[in-house]
Amino acid sequence: MKQTSRIISTYSADVFGVCSALFELGGIIIMHDASGCNSTYTTHDEPRWYDMESMVYISGLSEMEAIMGDDEKLIGDIVAAAEDLHPRFIAVAGTPIPTMTGFDFEAVAALIEERTGIPAFGFNTTGMKTYVHGASMALEAVARRFADRNVQKTSDLTANILGLTPLDFSVTGTEHSVTDFLEESGFRVLSRWAMGSSLEDLSQAGGAHVNLVVSSTGLSAAKALQERFGTPYVVGLPIGKIQKEHLREALHTAASTGENQYPVSDLPGEDILVIGEAVTSLALASALEYSAGQGVRVLCPTEGSEGLLRSRDLRAQYEEEIEEAMREAKTVIADPLYRPICPDHVKFVELPTEAFSGRIYRERIPNLVTGFDAFAKEVL
Amino acid sequence: MLKRVTAPKEVASVGIPIGKASFPSPFVSGLEYASPARGTWNIVHTGMLIPEAHEIFVCAASCLRGVVLTAAEMGAAHRFSTVEVRERNLLDGDMEELVIEGVADIIERLPKRPPVVLVYTSCVHHFAGCDLDMIYEELRCRFPDIDFADCYMNPIMRKSGMTPDQLMRSRLYMPLKQRPIRKGAVALIGSDLPNEKDNDLVRLLTENGFKIHEITACRNYEEYQEMAESEFYISTYPAAVPGGDMLSQRLGGTHVYVPFSFDCDEIERGLSRLAEVLNIPAPDFTGKREDVQQALKETLALVGNAPIAIDYTYSPRPLGLAKLLLDAGFNVQKVYLDVVTGEEKQAFEYLKSNHPALMLYPTVHASMRFLAEKEPTDVLAIGQKAAHFNNTNHFVNVVEGGGMLGYQAIFRTLALMQEAYREEKDMRDLIQIKGMGCGGCCG
Repeated sequence: MKQTSRIISTYSADVFGVCSALFELGGIIIMHDASGCNSTYTTHDEPRWYDMESMVYISGLSEMEAIMGDDEKLIGDIVAAAEDLHPRFIAVAGTPIPTMTGFDFEAVAALIEERTGIPAFGFNTTGMKTYVHGASMALEAVARRFADRNVQKTSDLTANILGLTPLDFSVTGTEHSVTDFLEESGFRVLSRWAMGSSLEDLSQAGGAHVNLVVSSTGLSAAKALQERFGTPYVVGLPIGKIQKEHLREALHTAASTGENQYPVSDLPGEDILVIGEAVTSLALASALEYSAGQGVRVLCPTEGSEGLLRSRDLRAQYEEEIEEAMREAKTVIADPLYRPICPDHVKFVELPTEAFSGRIYRERIPNLVTGFDAFAKEVL
Repeated sequence: MLKRVTAPKEVASVGIPIGKASFPSPFVSGLEYASPARGTWNIVHTGMLIPEAHEIFVCAASCLRGVVLTAAEMGAAHRFSTVEVRERNLLDGDMEELVIEGVADIIERLPKRPPVVLVYTSCVHHFAGCDLDMIYEELRCRFPDIDFADCYMNPIMRKSGMTPDQLMRSRLYMPLKQRPIRKGAVALIGSDLPNEKDNDLVRLLTENGFKIHEITACRNYEEYQEMAESEFYISTYPAAVPGGDMLSQRLGGTHVYVPFSFDCDEIERGLSRLAEVLNIPAPDFTGKREDVQQALKETLALVGNAPIAIDYTYSPRPLGLAKLLLDAGFNVQKVYLDVVTGEEKQAFEYLKSNHPALMLYPTVHASMRFLAEKEPTDVLAIGQKAAHFNNTNHFVNVVEGGGMLGYQAIFRTLALMQEAYREEKDMRDLIQIKGMGCGGCCG
């Protein structure tokens, strides 16, 4: 495997997924790396950086610290920063060099917690997987550590939204649109993981009757919450009129039966290809299938697609295999940075995402929950 | 507009009066913050200065992310490719094979064969003890028509030996091949931005009939190669000095460093020494100091007691600029820098004794995340980071010295200060653009 890309971009990495998922929750998040990761994340992957204060930092690892295994420098720096900044929690996430040196994230987190009395996490991200992996780890950790075990189920129908990060949804207001959908469907929203909710909101998540997983970054947290509170989950994003109806029905079924639901269309046909993260792409594919009456194929280049993709969908990561899949389609829906490898005879419909093109096309990222009809017109 | 939800209630200031500051590190190092000011260049921008060059980065996804989007944002995605290092490559010990086969695969798939390929390896190759010599030998053997330059994205080495900035500025000239030296040809090297036509250096060279080569003016690879005919290599940016020395040793020309400065004595010393080496008449500085005093007076008359903040991204001499302005009666209150460079030691000591109340602030200290002004101010900022931290639209938007040099740098800076005082700019939007002025380097 050559693992090459001649011209296309690369997805945001696991370490940035951790930062994105925890950004709003009041903790110090440290990327354990030499330099560069912090400016990459804050420039390209974090649209909230300028307007919403947070505590995302880099450790500034040096060659000698890495060779000598000087973890004390990192621990001391974190403890000093925590004394100044009083975070709600501390999270340390890994990059390639700590991976090579066998850095023990859990042990370091335990030491930091012991010294500061502040809850601390260690995420052994490697910088070699996509944001889906990192954000999943982070949200799952929050579910296991901060969701209050003593919370009782609410007397009214309630739900949490899991898997909300700007990497999948930018700052288009999708979190509010999904909230509106749930409220229209008869569910009060307890928490949104993790855009527009506080750590206190998230701690009440166990009281919900159902969890709605809107991207694969929320799936691990959904499983953890089910394990801890017995809460069933529904996978899907409310896009398009018919898909919304199916999702609404699935939410009520899950809440009443306790069984997980995954409403997705599966019509035959492969003329349209959607490239992107599994849950959002499958939701879009379903909505298009309901509108067009023909099948839509999904190609997922990120992790988190296990058990979600249908038999005709694809899992591919590198440029050549993606290019090959594009050749078989008549229409491709993908981030604009995929356009250079799209064959001339194939219609290309832009669907920008921060996870692939960062801030470049931010103004053109649609909110598909409210804007599906206009988008579908471009495709069909 | 998003709202603040997580800020600590109070964060203590981390500024320190220069009178109490230590050289060269006034601040304790710790966790590092990245401000939104992005105008300075990175190794992708700099590498693109070589006309027709194709860049190939071999790194993990987290490292690729920033560089691939840098290239895309500057409209140079067609000159940029990647080879992704995965965990299995670390475990299997096949890093050399990954680089060779990955680079070869990309070259074979390019629509047009580039004359030069910059291959950037990273920290993981350094730590894995990767045999880079063997890699380049093999690549040169497979593609004899391509010049390969070994470039590096290994920030972990920033405290060991040459900094990544020094290294990149030296690699920029590695593809130059020896050719007969042409009398009267000079190359201005190591600056990302083109020298301004009216700066003292360019004027001196032009007035004395030198043929000037500069990478920013090269339209194709052959023009770039012509730089190797230079009799003299002149650098003006501190990080370019090691590269200039290497170039001189390899190709045979003479390297001269003419430092960027705001100090009249140093300016005259640097240009006079250059004239001596070039064997041309010493420049005439008659009346220049009086002109500087006049320009300072005029600018002061306009800006009066307006608070001024300076940062290190504006030029390599933030303290030198503070000294010039403070001595002339300007109300310079803050200088933003994380370390004091050796070149600035004299200015540091002078300010410590003569203007001890001048405040120094770091830019990467963790607390700086919360110490930018929340409400807009009228501070006159010189540099993007100073503008951000003071939340002002009155700022001089220049990075890395902006191609200025000599007395011209003083006059130009004062003119830009006047302009910034009179007119507002959209600070928020402007400072977030990466690689200010790189628009012309990606054709």
